[in-house]
Amino acid sequence: MIPGPFTYHRPTSVADAIKLLGELGDEARPLAGGHSLIPMMKLRLATPDHLVDLHGIGELRGMRRDGDTVVIGAMTTQYDLLASDTIAAALPILHETALLIADPQVRYCGTLGGNVANGDPGNDMPALMMTLGAVYRLRGPGGEREVAAADFYQGAYFTALEPGEILTAVAVPAQPAGHGYAYEKLKRKIGDYATAAAAVVLTMRGGTVATCSIGLTNLSETPLLAEEAAGAVIGTSLDDAALKKAAEAARAIMQPAGDGRGPVEYRKHVGGIMVERALRRAAAKAA
Amino acid sequence: MNDMSLTREQREARLEGMGCKRKRVEDIRFTQGKGSYVDDVKLPGMLHGDFVRSPHAHARVKAINTDKALQVPGVLAVITAETLKTVNLAWMPTLAGDVQMVLADGKVLFQNQEVAFVVATDRYAADDGVNAVEVEYEALPVLVDPFHAMDADAPVLREDIRDKKDGAHGPRKHYNHIFEWTVGDRELTDAAFRKADVTIKEMISYHRTHPSPLETCQCVCSFDKIKGELTIYGTFQAPHVIRTVVSLIAKLPEQKIHVIAPDIGGGFGNKVGAYPGYICAAVASIVTGKPVKWVEDRIENLTATSFARDYHMTTEIAATKEGKVTGLRVHVLADHGAFDACADPSKWPAGFFNIVTGSYDFPAAHLAVDGVYTNKAPGGVAYRCSFRVTEAAYCIERAMDILAQKLGMDPAELRLRNFIQPHQFPYQSALGWEYDSGDYATAMRKAMETVQYAELRKEQAAKREAFRRGETREIMGVGVSFFTEIVGAGPSKNCDILGIAMFDSCEIRLHPTGAGIARMGTKSQGQGHETTWAQIIATEIGIPADNIMVEEGNTDTAPYGLGTYGSRSTPVAGAAIAMAARKIKAKAQMIAAYKLEVHEDDLEWDVDGFRVKGLPEKFLGMKDICWIAYNSPPPGLEPGLEAVSYYDPPNMTYPFGAYICVMDIDVDTGVYKVRRFYALDDCGTRINPMIIEGQVHGGLTEAFAIAMGQEIRYDDGGNVTTGSFMDFFLPTAVEAPHWETDYTVTPSPHHPIGAKGVGESPNVGGVPAFSNAVNDAFSFLGSTHIQMPHDFWRNWKAAKELGAV
Repeated sequence: MIPGPFTYHRPTSVADAIKLLGELGDEARPLAGGHSLIPMMKLRLATPDHLVDLHGIGELRGMRRDGDTVVIGAMTTQYDLLASDTIAAALPILHETALLIADPQVRYCGTLGGNVANGDPGNDMPALMMTLGAVYRLRGPGGEREVAAADFYQGAYFTALEPGEILTAVAVPAQPAGHGYAYEKLKRKIGDYATAAAAVVLTMRGGTVATCSIGLTNLSETPLLAEEAAGAVIGTSLDDAALKKAAEAARAIMQPAGDGRGPVEYRKHVGGIMVERALRRAAAKAA
Repeated sequence: MNDMSLTREQREARLEGMGCKRKRVEDIRFTQGKGSYVDDVKLPGMLHGDFVRSPHAHARVKAINTDKALQVPGVLAVITAETLKTVNLAWMPTLAGDVQMVLADGKVLFQNQEVAFVVATDRYAADDGVNAVEVEYEALPVLVDPFHAMDADAPVLREDIRDKKDGAHGPRKHYNHIFEWTVGDRELTDAAFRKADVTIKEMISYHRTHPSPLETCQCVCSFDKIKGELTIYGTFQAPHVIRTVVSLIAKLPEQKIHVIAPDIGGGFGNKVGAYPGYICAAVASIVTGKPVKWVEDRIENLTATSFARDYHMTTEIAATKEGKVTGLRVHVLADHGAFDACADPSKWPAGFFNIVTGSYDFPAAHLAVDGVYTNKAPGGVAYRCSFRVTEAAYCIERAMDILAQKLGMDPAELRLRNFIQPHQFPYQSALGWEYDSGDYATAMRKAMETVQYAELRKEQAAKREAFRRGETREIMGVGVSFFTEIVGAGPSKNCDILGIAMFDSCEIRLHPTGAGIARMGTKSQGQGHETTWAQIIATEIGIPADNIMVEEGNTDTAPYGLGTYGSRSTPVAGAAIAMAARKIKAKAQMIAAYKLEVHEDDLEWDVDGFRVKGLPEKFLGMKDICWIAYNSPPPGLEPGLEAVSYYDPPNMTYPFGAYICVMDIDVDTGVYKVRRFYALDDCGTRINPMIIEGQVHGGLTEAFAIAMGQEIRYDDGGNVTTGSFMDFFLPTAVEAPHWETDYTVTPSPHHPIGAKGVGESPNVGGVPAFSNAVNDAFSFLGSTHIQMPHDFWRNWKAAKELGAV
């Protein structure tokens, strides 16, 4: 549990960080909250020669409303999200989800950017960002580009990030007034990754579901957008038959690994239940 | 001094003696981060050691190449079994009469076994060196399942004793067999089963888990070549035993070994045994001439130093149709891992598992335990319990529920019908123990009344009907557990560790100003001895507890003792403290008689001094007696006021308790909620009720963890899959239920202050309460026994197999 030797860098601007990462090449890793990278280094599963700490870059931290979008800096911590009125008003599901991430000590350090950029299927924010239709802003030696969260994840720890690129911000569409939302997470204990989790954002019109989006956490190598499941409830009043149909459609795309949280069969089973419960709770919240 | 302005009650309160909820004096430093632990020890020139460990569960070690490691900056030495052979330390004796490799000698027998020890100038360099050592392995077939250990074609694990017909505890039946231990009357028991109206039989497993103290095992060894002295700072629950063992195996004179156990961050049995890290750090210090520190990390602690439990108990009860038990038959298959490193008194290969008749009057019983080797970490420590007592309590308490189910009887009622009655004490059990005292029915009834047991059963019946009608997906269980522990090892007639009798000791020195220091052979790891030991002295000799400093853990200053584990401190050292105090009191009485000019028999004790009978104004307080003892003792009496007592207890003590757990389980997810947990403990005389409550809270939290998910699990290849706190369930305050505590008081008749010990009761009694609650919840769906741990997915699996999902 002792990391190997590395050189520590602390740039103060995004440009400097990108320049450093470019110069140092494959042996350098950017450091955000460190909750994935540092344990991997302690186990020597990751042995970067250089750590480029992003904490010195003020422009990466903070949130602002930009029209119908909320732009969140990559180094914004989970605690910052919980403390923000902007988030509470426009994206209350972020508040609910951040509270389900580990414990207060972790949330003081853990960042939104690190959570979404690392490609860890156990992280909670990626599925949520897909559900919300968020867009990731990336900057690298070739300049700036945007990638939809839904297109970002390619495999466990494999993402659309190119070498030398860092994720600078997440742009999330503000949700309409009266929308319903829920993040249902089954975990063994505080600090654990989800055994299964489902994010739901929906709107209701006249007692039936008008729009719906469903995301799934830790039920495959990547976060999942359960489009068929979402489609199955649109136009319904979320009766038992519709809920069961959505759960089954969601289960059809799940490919969890069997681990200490339970065998594959169990994780898929409770994955479907999380979808049902999130749908029911989201609908109850919708105006 | 006797301040006559104070009432008797005020004088008693000022002492903060037994029965007082005295605040823990050690918390002043612990809550301010000022504790001093082994890792706080930093000696000049100190080096750091770290282990190369085996990735294989079973493999031949073909070669170890240390060349690259020795080139790593800061690395000074790499110690292997070949190095240790030069000082005859490649193997070490275990407490259970086996031998254990210190470093892999030709082969490895479990994953993460110690293979080489890298010594470097700092912790980072040591780990860099570890990663540069090249070991060539040849994988061998792996034996994980203890039920296949004695198969004809099972892999040979211990080549060193392959052809040895006898082990430390008698004949061996197979090359992977360690011992067979039998107790009880087989014929009488067989006869009881032949005549029984009703019998039950169930294989009840208590899975492998780990004590997992927050502070891992660690030491600093410092060898002084000039003086030929070895000083060891370590996380030792039994420092004197470590000193003697080191003297015996390292062939150093015992007076030249100084063992110091500073503050310890939890032990729970994990810090009783001797580990390769201690030997390697000592050898490294002797080789380099510098102090060497070894600090285990979390993964190492969970996967390599002593596990607990791993008992597979085939249990049968014979009974009449009215529900009176007539016979108990238990066979245990005990998985000891690669070496038998159980931390039991040496003559007890299965500890005190023969307490398995529990709180019930079994006229006949028979027990057989077979210990076997597997490719798992060695150990078998008493994780917050007396030796194998928690396994025994789980076994009988689960089995009694199974019998109740078969008889169609309420489990609490079945227990009440079979309890040993108060008039039967001292009670001779069918498996050889003499229970000291108990009033079981009173405790059970108090528990049932407090939780409104009958109402709970009615609610449960209604919920079961609602579940059958499809109105709810939640099932409800009520878990009853009534345990009797056997603690306080122990009487020298029964108990020794490597020949050292299991007495304990206390030395009290009072100072001229009415204060004092007391030292014991025990060692607190969080139990609060500095607080409670002073309370015993305060009550016994009338010196305020605040004026008594308690010191443990330094073998040069403390009297010899066997340490703290198995709830033995209060039963054994607690008695020694009272006896030492009484020696002081006897001398104080001689002094008082002289000064008050009366015969000793004319004096009576009054809270904090002696009073002349019938003359209340003639009083001499202990504070004054202390001054007189040093400065003007009676003629012919030597000065000073101190005493030492070594206490060899006449018997064990038998704490007991009634626990009830109410649990709701969502069958769709397996998620449980502990709605209520009530724990009534009877530990005899209560020294500090607040510390008892804290002990019970902690032990219940561990019991909750074990029953509901905490395990050391291996895959088929012998790889540990629960090597970190991500997968090894250590509950936080969020998961832990709310605890309700209660008590009755049935003093031990043979203990000087009537105390029995409590630290481990909640772990012993808690596990069956949780497991019985889960099993009770599912029983109406047709199950008789569901194995622990009862984590979410296993609950769901049970529900599914019973057709509820």
